[in-house]
Amino acid sequence: MSVGIVSYGGYVPYYRIEAGSIGAVWGVDGTARGKGLGIIRKSVPSPDEDVITISVEAARKAMKCCKADPEKIGALYVGSESHPYAVKPTATIVAEAISAAPNLTAADMEFACKAGTAGIQACMGQVASDMIEYGMAIGADTSQGAPGDALEYSAAAGGAAFLIGKKDLVAKINTTLSFTTDTPDFWRREGQMYPRHGGRFTGTPAYFKHINACAKMLFDKMGTKPEDYDHAIFHQPNGKFPLRIGGAMGFSKEQLEHGLLTPIIGNTYSGAVPLGLTNVLDNSKPGDKIFVISYGSGAGSDGFDITVTDNIKKHKKNNWQPLSDLIENYELLDYATYAKFRGKINMGGVA
Amino acid sequence: MAIARFWRENDSRYNMYGKKCGNCDKTYFPPRDMCPKCRRESMGKMKKVQLTGKGKVISYSIVHDGLPEFHMQLPYTIAIIELEEGARITGQVVDCNGDSVKIGSKVKSVFRKLGEEGKSGVIHYGYKFKLI
Repeated sequence: MSVGIVSYGGYVPYYRIEAGSIGAVWGVDGTARGKGLGIIRKSVPSPDEDVITISVEAARKAMKCCKADPEKIGALYVGSESHPYAVKPTATIVAEAISAAPNLTAADMEFACKAGTAGIQACMGQVASDMIEYGMAIGADTSQGAPGDALEYSAAAGGAAFLIGKKDLVAKINTTLSFTTDTPDFWRREGQMYPRHGGRFTGTPAYFKHINACAKMLFDKMGTKPEDYDHAIFHQPNGKFPLRIGGAMGFSKEQLEHGLLTPIIGNTYSGAVPLGLTNVLDNSKPGDKIFVISYGSGAGSDGFDITVTDNIKKHKKNNWQPLSDLIENYELLDYATYAKFRGKINMGGVA
Repeated sequence: MAIARFWRENDSRYNMYGKKCGNCDKTYFPPRDMCPKCRRESMGKMKKVQLTGKGKVISYSIVHDGLPEFHMQLPYTIAIIELEEGARITGQVVDCNGDSVKIGSKVKSVFRKLGEEGKSGVIHYGYKFKLI
């Protein structure tokens, strides 16, 4: 199967809030709590940003760095748990905004934090079977955290887009597989503003079980071990879990370095692993091997074994803007402005 | 604004498609079906062109008392932008405080939410600008 990433692009909003500023409002040492979670600051979307605008920016970055004709995109999927509409697809607007419409299929996906990688798999299947020439998979979120909840320190915004195809690959996806169960560790009911979670239940029986199982399947299928990879990316609900699970598997901090962004931008949910992969590709060289395991509550994990090709050099010459430009250029908000931006203030119908 | 009227303009608002007069080469945005300078000589010669979205600030104003739907963004900057292709348009400059915008500042277009028709209504998207 010769399918992979033709181009990619990531987007992170401009604004940030630090853990200390959140804790100060709720009477706790936010900096210490952030340290416990491995999060220094998180990204905050502007009032005029949502999953649609983030997806469009990421998709446009991907299309700028390659010569692919947008009209040859046969499928476009946007994975998110914060689509602006409950009924009306994000994907149709993104398709119009990158001039890919109308001759394509488009749909929104939802699988907590792994809807973006599920979209990559859906595109891979259609490309591999020659149903389409290119597929665009996007993972993006403007995630929600209830005021004062532990999630408020991590729930952030961002996303990344991947153009999947067979020609001119910057990275070949050697294989993909998934591990899925019914595990109620985190959920948001229809019409509810904020999600709920099972506290410590989100750890061992959820995140760790699914990622470990998926990783074992991937190692077994590929006949590889951690030292065979240059980079490893795991879902990152906080800054600690990926280091703990990666370390337990035998990956070094150097292998995890570029794929772990949560400490400085927060958990971007469906955008987390896609943005980690974007940053890894930005920092990779031809021949690098990448190990990827996403995780979505509810619950499941998608695994990918990826090899970077020589085309990565060309990609970095064609209108390429590294993700680090967006990560390092930011403005800090105080909690009041953050609450206003995130719609946490009851305006009584004024706005 | 009626849904249909906004929807008809999505193509140019999303992707900055303008029209170029085949007679005098002047570019217009939003797109026009006739060049106001060449008039009948431009009929049938207006070509659809995608603009780069890059330009510079010609003039700007910092709005401290805007419309209710922009309350969350106060104060915000509105500027007249001259695009590389020559067309001048009005747009919001985002992700900056007003002090950083100057006449001559270089900008590029970004895709943002322009407004929504209430919490249950349709959401409108299109271009705004960001400092380069």
